[in-house]
Amino acid sequence: MLEIKNLQAGIEDKPILKGIDLSVNAGEVHAIMGPNGSGKSTLASVLAGRDGYDVTGGEVLLQDDDLLDLAPEERAREGVFLAFQYPVEIPGVNSAYFLRSAVNEIRKHRGEEELDAMNFLKAVKAKMKELGLSEDFLKRPVNAGFSGGEKKRNEILQMAMLNPKLAVLDETDSGLDIDALRIVADGVNRLKGLDNAQVVITHYQRLLDYIVPDFVHVLYDGRIIKSGDKTLAHELEEKGYDWLIRDAA
Amino acid sequence: MSSATTNETPPAPVEAFAQVEQAGGPLLPLRKAGLARFAERGYPTTSDEDWRFTSLKPLADLPFLPTLEPLGQALGQADIADITFGQHDVDRLVFIDGHFSSDLSIILEQPDGVTITNLSNRLSGLENEIGSLSANDENPFIALNDAFFTDGALIQIPANGSLAKPVHLVFLSTANEASQATHIRNWIEAGANAQGTIIESHLSLGQAVASTNVVTETRVSAGANLEHIKFQDQSLNAIHLASLHSELSNDARYAFHSFALGARLSRNNLRMRLAKPGIECVLNGLYMTRADQLADHHMIVDHAAPHCDSHEYFNGILDDQSRGVFHGRILVQPVAQKTDAKQTNKNLILSDNATANTKPQLEIYADDVKCTHGATIGEMDDDAIFYLRARGLDTKTARRMLMHGFAGEIVDRIQHDGVREELDQLVWNRLEGEHHLD
Amino acid sequence: MSAHTDTIDEFVASEYKYGFVTDIESESLDPGLNEDVVRFISAKKNEPEWLLEWRLKALRHFEKMENPTWPHVKYPPVDFQEISYYSAPKKKGDGPKSLDEVDPKLLETYEKLGVPLHERARLAGVAVDAVFDSESIGTTFKEDLAKAGVIFCSISEAVQEHPELVKKYIGKVVPYTDNFYAALNSAVFSDGSFVYIPKGTRCPMELSTYFRINAANTGQFERTLIVAEESSHVSYLEGCTAPMRDENQLHAAVVELVALDNAEIKYSTVQNWYPGDEEGRGGIYNFVTKRGICKTNAKISWTQVETGSAITWKYPSVILQGDNSIGEFYSVALTNKAQQADTGTKMVHIGKNTRSTIVSKGISAGKGQNSYRGLVQVGKKATNARNFSQCDSLLIGDKCGAHTFPYIEAKNPSASIEHEATTSKIGEDQIFYCNQRGLEPQDAVNMIVNGFCKEVFRELPMEFAVEAQKLLDVSLEGSVG
Repeated sequence: MLEIKNLQAGIEDKPILKGIDLSVNAGEVHAIMGPNGSGKSTLASVLAGRDGYDVTGGEVLLQDDDLLDLAPEERAREGVFLAFQYPVEIPGVNSAYFLRSAVNEIRKHRGEEELDAMNFLKAVKAKMKELGLSEDFLKRPVNAGFSGGEKKRNEILQMAMLNPKLAVLDETDSGLDIDALRIVADGVNRLKGLDNAQVVITHYQRLLDYIVPDFVHVLYDGRIIKSGDKTLAHELEEKGYDWLIRDAA
Repeated sequence: MSSATTNETPPAPVEAFAQVEQAGGPLLPLRKAGLARFAERGYPTTSDEDWRFTSLKPLADLPFLPTLEPLGQALGQADIADITFGQHDVDRLVFIDGHFSSDLSIILEQPDGVTITNLSNRLSGLENEIGSLSANDENPFIALNDAFFTDGALIQIPANGSLAKPVHLVFLSTANEASQATHIRNWIEAGANAQGTIIESHLSLGQAVASTNVVTETRVSAGANLEHIKFQDQSLNAIHLASLHSELSNDARYAFHSFALGARLSRNNLRMRLAKPGIECVLNGLYMTRADQLADHHMIVDHAAPHCDSHEYFNGILDDQSRGVFHGRILVQPVAQKTDAKQTNKNLILSDNATANTKPQLEIYADDVKCTHGATIGEMDDDAIFYLRARGLDTKTARRMLMHGFAGEIVDRIQHDGVREELDQLVWNRLEGEHHLD
Repeated sequence: MSAHTDTIDEFVASEYKYGFVTDIESESLDPGLNEDVVRFISAKKNEPEWLLEWRLKALRHFEKMENPTWPHVKYPPVDFQEISYYSAPKKKGDGPKSLDEVDPKLLETYEKLGVPLHERARLAGVAVDAVFDSESIGTTFKEDLAKAGVIFCSISEAVQEHPELVKKYIGKVVPYTDNFYAALNSAVFSDGSFVYIPKGTRCPMELSTYFRINAANTGQFERTLIVAEESSHVSYLEGCTAPMRDENQLHAAVVELVALDNAEIKYSTVQNWYPGDEEGRGGIYNFVTKRGICKTNAKISWTQVETGSAITWKYPSVILQGDNSIGEFYSVALTNKAQQADTGTKMVHIGKNTRSTIVSKGISAGKGQNSYRGLVQVGKKATNARNFSQCDSLLIGDKCGAHTFPYIEAKNPSASIEHEATTSKIGEDQIFYCNQRGLEPQDAVNMIVNGFCKEVFRELPMEFAVEAQKLLDVSLEGSVG
């Protein structure tokens, strides 16, 4: 599904990712953990194609297509979904209008028929119910005035509606209380399938109690310094990152 | 500080006053005082701090003649049906060049105590009211209006009463000859706990370089809730000058929305006096200019009592050689502790030749307050564009969506559903049809 | 809240540390302003004819101008004929040839002010020009600087020694027609500092000028000119104090900065003129014009900590003429007692890709009135100009005022301008939180105010950041909010 080979990237002249190798197969959930400043969010941004990051080496393939050549919207249409750590507030733009536009862009790209307002509403309301979002949500502007929990649930709602091949969740657990965390994790788990993959970026092991990863990778100073199964996350919870960093150094 | 050259009173208004004087009436003292004040001050110039970015040269150079008599153009109901908000279920007062048209107006039966009529119909009893809220304003256009206003709306809602339907005030300018000046005066009063929605439209049927000078005084009593939507969509030759003076009392809620789309030069002076505690006042505006238009909003929100909230939101979209001007002053008097005041002005410039001027000001004499203001001029938020692109929208669509949202932010604050929906569509069609969005 | 009121009162009553008078024989001109006064000053300084002519033109222009009324400050009209335009310590014979020959009383004065001039105690790494009333009494480290090619001397000396440089740049950034006080200064300026950094040179030490008003009934009209040639770099700091007197004294300075291609000038001010008493008696009227021009890729950064003066009226500005040039303004202005400040900046974006940052922190206490006034202007050709402004006001007590008057104009669609302002008081919850952690209320206020000003302090050269922080603490004594 996703093949990252020796990816190097940075901002201006400052290198942040210093050679990342990662292979994610369909049906898998990978967790990427690491201390602050290790490059986790940069990796998410580079995968989604955010401006301001310079890729200086390596490649990223999504089902054998070169992702790095594509504009952010082309990546999204190819099935890359980034759940933002800080979802952007867009005052004045109605949530329903926004989401239907996005859904239809992606459907168009896949050669599927666009959803009319009725069918869209039907589909979105069902998903909203699952995520415990009230219906007035659709009338509100995108993320504007939303609480932290609402923003994150909105990300998951969008993810559910856009049905991505590769979902990258960037610190989706930050700022959530335990109930909201459970709802968000349920939403993510429900989307798990044999034909898609999930990359979960998190600082804490807590989220991984709910979204159980097949693989855990530790990112430090722009490199993956350790990979393992879910037990690695527990080990990190217990011992912190220091022992790994010492080993790496 | 008006310069010496403007102190000469243009001859036309003075001569025209003879007719006003002859007509007499209970407001003659107000009219005389207005003429005298105007004679003393003359038109403001750009060396006046309050008019720094808005040159009135076109006005000062032309002998604008008050339209003391109707210009005589016959209009039918069909002309009204086509206008914006023409299809809404409202009570309607129609004025043509400042003169009331009873034929075109429709006022159905109102609850007890509610008055909806033309002002000149009910002047007696209002001698001491008209001009009382605008009296301390030095704006010479108020003086001119005091002297020459022909008519306008009178809306009175008694205590605990409410309007049966929104009232739509329609001001049409039919002037086809240059230099005609219409002076309109409105008096609006909401008693304690009264409620209502007022829509005020200014439209041109003629294309002449004519001016409209409207002064509105609004008294909102304790606990009243008033929404006032002003839609100015005059011809691109018109000059539109407006002055709104609202005095708000305990726990009143007052929302004023200004949509400045038309006129070559438009100026909205908004003067809010928050005289008692517990008030919530919202001023909300959208200006979209193109060609050589200039849209100016100039407001003073005077917090003269504690525990009041005021919020001002003004967005401007400026195209071609046009100019958008925003001046907002929040004045917090020493007694006005616990004030929560917020002011934002955002501008998008679409062309190489457009100009944005913004002066958001805070003047604060009380310490336990929360006051903020923000102003931006510039391009659309890169983060928002990226967010939309990451959801599959291309840059062009993302930009248009944000532009729509930029206008929508203002439109969305209108509480009246029908008006909001119609304006949303209208504003977007306008942007798509007349502005350079890409 | 009686404790609250008490401490506010105490705060208002806190003492000005630098209010002493140096008893020294001065040579002062009688009060009055006319052509003879200008000729006298010019002759005293043995100036070339062109400079006298320029002064006289400025005087004639000044006489046609009116005192501006737009600043948000109130004060009785200044009688320009009541002021003495020249006062200097009396010289014996030819005057001192070096700092060693300077009257010990003067050296003592500077020592008391914390700026020792004699060799043993000089501040390491900081060259000082000491200006006493209308004259520079000496400049330290001159020889060391000369080795690097840097010229640092009084402007009177520069007129004698480097007339071509002075003639080339004086009045080019701030012409005498610019404003009322700039015209007055151009006519009667007495001394000030001159700095010239040659091409490609990084000035080896901090430069600083220490201004002291001593004589009564005099005005101080200094003029500072800093020229940074291509790819050079300089950091400059000025400090100001004056004795406590019951009458107001006028200080109308002009500062001009020229940053040529790729040059950088960092200009810091710690202004602590006598602020007057709580009734508004006495204190300095500080009416200053400061402006710099940036050529391609150049950078000018103004940092000011304004705690003194009865009235402050100044807008250190940057003309961003060259492409990619950068302007910065960091300001802390504190008004206490009856002080009034109307201060801010102008950022004029002319070149492409020009950037400016404005951070203004206003603190009002006592009966102080503090206004930020700023202009951000983006011209038609300033493609991709960027500005960010942040203006925060903090109110301590309920008799003061905090005001914000920004002017923003943009004529370019690719410009991006953001202005934010907030006004708040020190929260009771913040103080309580600190108290609960064992801090005295006064320490809590100091800590909160210093935190509020941190973004500005960190722009000051290290030695002065500490001084500025202390100065603020002293000014805030007793001010529990």
